[in-house]
Amino acid sequence: MDMMIVDDSMIIRNKIERALTDFDINVVGIAKNGVEAVELMASSDPEMVTMDLTMPIMDGTECIEELLKLSPDLIILVVSALSDKATAIAALQKGAHGFLCKPFTEAELTTAISKLIKG
Amino acid sequence: MNANDLKVFIDGATNYFSQMSNRPAVVQTPYLEEKNIAITHEFTGIIGVSGKKKGCVYFTAPMSLLKHLLLTIGELDTSKDALSDLVGEVANTIAGNARSYFGPEFMISVPIVVNGHTERIKLPENHRSYVIPVIWRNHEAAVVVSLE
Repeated sequence: MDMMIVDDSMIIRNKIERALTDFDINVVGIAKNGVEAVELMASSDPEMVTMDLTMPIMDGTECIEELLKLSPDLIILVVSALSDKATAIAALQKGAHGFLCKPFTEAELTTAISKLIKG
Repeated sequence: MNANDLKVFIDGATNYFSQMSNRPAVVQTPYLEEKNIAITHEFTGIIGVSGKKKGCVYFTAPMSLLKHLLLTIGELDTSKDALSDLVGEVANTIAGNARSYFGPEFMISVPIVVNGHTERIKLPENHRSYVIPVIWRNHEAAVVVSLE
């Protein structure tokens, strides 16, 4: 499965990439904000995205909408520090498929991704 | 700010280090910063807060703590950029996690990172500012909460 990582923190982008090394997942795109993610979408054509919410330029909520316009079947896992239920519900209503709260362990991330892959 | 409000940030700091390193941080007794002088270490990540509460939350730490934490989480890049990124991410996580208590109207900004001991951080004079000392693996850091 091809994946794009969207997060404004390099530390988090690297952590997610490291956690995926034992998975059959190719990281085909890495973006620091929503605008970069939208621009990368056409060339990288991922099947799954991990999406931060609090980012400069274009936040994750707006980015989810834009990405789903380009690829309606895209699987989106939100990975955010915003831990209130309302934010999680709003992200799911925008079209995200899962929500993982920061801080997360690699095991929590891989479990969340596995669940989404299995549907 | 009351004791329950403050506990949210204490729990946030404790949870962060437990999750990221399997080595809990020791959170010492918070105190009120009467003079509104910002406590800073070498790296500081500041989160602006608006909406239901107004002010800022910041996490400040020495280089030694941040380097140790980077290596602990498996990050080999310990450059200044990586240290700045990490201090901002810690601040973002602690402030973001506070929304589980304050709700979605506790709106937070993206992190602003300041390097070096600095007097450029001016705490709001009309807010009470609380310092939460954090010790992780013998490194001293702090979470500072300045909210109306």
